[in-house]
Amino acid sequence: MGSKFVRDESTFVETSEDSASLRLFLSGEWTLQNLPDIESSLKSVKALKHPAKKIELDVSGISLIDTAGMILFVQTRNDLRKKIRKQNVVVRGVRANSEFSKMFRLVYRHMKGEALPEVHQRHPFIAFFEHIGRRFFEALDSMLLFFDFIGRTYAALWRDLTHFSFRIREISNLVKKTGVSSLPIIGVTTFLIGVVIAFQSAVQLQQYGANIFIVEIVSIAIARELSPIITSIVVAGRSGSAFTAQLGAMKITEELDAMTVMGFDIFQFLILPRTLALIIVLPLLIFFGDIVGIFGGMLVAKFQLGITPMSFVERLHKVFAMRHFYAGLIKGPFFAATIAAIGCFRGLQVTRDTESIGRQTTFSVVNSIFMVIIIDAVFSIIFTELGI
Amino acid sequence: MKRALIQVRDLVTQFGERVIHDGVNLTIYEGEIYGILGGSGSGKTTILRELITLQHPKSGKIEVLGQDISKAPHEAMRKLRNKWGVLFQFGALFTSLTIGENIAVKLKEYTRISDSLIKDIIATKLEMVGLDLSVASLYPSELSGGMIKRAALARALAMDPRLLFLDEPTSGLDPISAEQFDNLIVQLKNLLRLTIVMVTHDIDSIFSVVDRMAVLGDKKVVAEGSINEVAQTDHPFIRQFFGGNRAMIRRKHGK
Repeated sequence: MGSKFVRDESTFVETSEDSASLRLFLSGEWTLQNLPDIESSLKSVKALKHPAKKIELDVSGISLIDTAGMILFVQTRNDLRKKIRKQNVVVRGVRANSEFSKMFRLVYRHMKGEALPEVHQRHPFIAFFEHIGRRFFEALDSMLLFFDFIGRTYAALWRDLTHFSFRIREISNLVKKTGVSSLPIIGVTTFLIGVVIAFQSAVQLQQYGANIFIVEIVSIAIARELSPIITSIVVAGRSGSAFTAQLGAMKITEELDAMTVMGFDIFQFLILPRTLALIIVLPLLIFFGDIVGIFGGMLVAKFQLGITPMSFVERLHKVFAMRHFYAGLIKGPFFAATIAAIGCFRGLQVTRDTESIGRQTTFSVVNSIFMVIIIDAVFSIIFTELGI
Repeated sequence: MKRALIQVRDLVTQFGERVIHDGVNLTIYEGEIYGILGGSGSGKTTILRELITLQHPKSGKIEVLGQDISKAPHEAMRKLRNKWGVLFQFGALFTSLTIGENIAVKLKEYTRISDSLIKDIIATKLEMVGLDLSVASLYPSELSGGMIKRAALARALAMDPRLLFLDEPTSGLDPISAEQFDNLIVQLKNLLRLTIVMVTHDIDSIFSVVDRMAVLGDKKVVAEGSINEVAQTDHPFIRQFFGGNRAMIRRKHGK
């Protein structure tokens, strides 16, 4: 029958039509890399609304076929079968036990003609409310879990206190990691903050000739508010996120589960040491920030306002009440506990997919900075009321 | 004469001071299922990783599909990577994609075929590896270990590769699933004219699936060939391996 076909290497589908039937002569290599071309040459066949009464698919020209090619073939055949009576779609040119028939059997057995289940799409309006509802309950869940977490941490603290079995080595190690190693970055940030504050106030003070008041402004602002806040933000970004990532990775690799079944309580072994280390470290870092920040102010006072370091320190001694210093320092442990708790909690919330580590780390930093600022606001109300 | 698809010559691998391979030679022919065996720490997985260019040997030559993979330019490597599929030991499915998307990821990236065909390919490959179609919309974290393995095999097969690398394909599967998996591999090999390289410990797989094998020991290949050829080699590991209870039962009952 082949004489009227013009065989061409690059065509995969030849059609010939007479009054009774439509013949499709399929040829070439029906493999994945040729499929885009084969699909486009089948387009015209697929577009047929009312095909001929009888359709013959001649596959004798197919020299090579892979599963993807066979899937396309079966798909096409099933398509045609839906349009005309099943028996009228005939496949010709199949030799028994040929590659083609083997492949057909393999693929056909596994192609049940079912489509992949579609993901159910809701109306956008409903989806919007569904989203809000879902988020609300997620937030509620996560809040309850957080309370549970806090409770467990206290329980672990109680066990440690009653048995007096603090993990000193672990804690001191963490003090080094979260404290000593963060001195440079905290030094630089608080120094710059001190410089900036001093510069801004210097311009205003000069107008009134009230140069010497720079001492009060810088020292009180740094000691009460800026050093605690800036230090906590740096620690949240540096150590809080590290806690989340560490615990999250340990959760994914099932290290946490391994510890639990070996009888190592993760709250006692991992979370409490981190929390205590941060509680020890943060006031010290705040103190360090105070000194460096005020030093930055002192430099500006010297070069901008001509106040010598001698007279700066003298004035500082006279006007700087220790309550300002304590007011800043006392916030340290509270901020530290918050950062550590959120960091560890978020780490435990990590699930088995890799994306969640990133998500939880972001949450950890954002939540802890937010909470630090809220707690700071609460403290300033309390201090104002108490007249500190 | 059968064509050699993979040739490894005088391979030396070293991690720091530790020498893993010292002059390994392998030849893998077209159309066979080739097993890489050896005790723990003998560098089986390392060889596999070197074949798929995830690790680089200290010296030696590796030719895959006629391409010297240490010298191949970027574009040639890209083409080569499209001709093989890899099943990692723990699946290594992308956790942020659904199973369906995992299977389709290379099809979407490297071919221009229509979405409806991609969907049918996903469905067929899922069905081939014995997974339910509803799995397509699930994420890897929602599947069991065995299902992940099957899904990963479906992904490895998505592009109809000529070469399939399997890292311990049946480990972590129950015996029935493992046997099904083995049967599936043989069937796919015959139908898709695949050449399969697998690292395995599974005695059953070695007897029922593997055509030829290499046994690693003492940083070298201590034996290479069919099971009968290998079993005759006198080496402590081989005696231990094929002299164990499980292997004896298999040998009495034939292949």
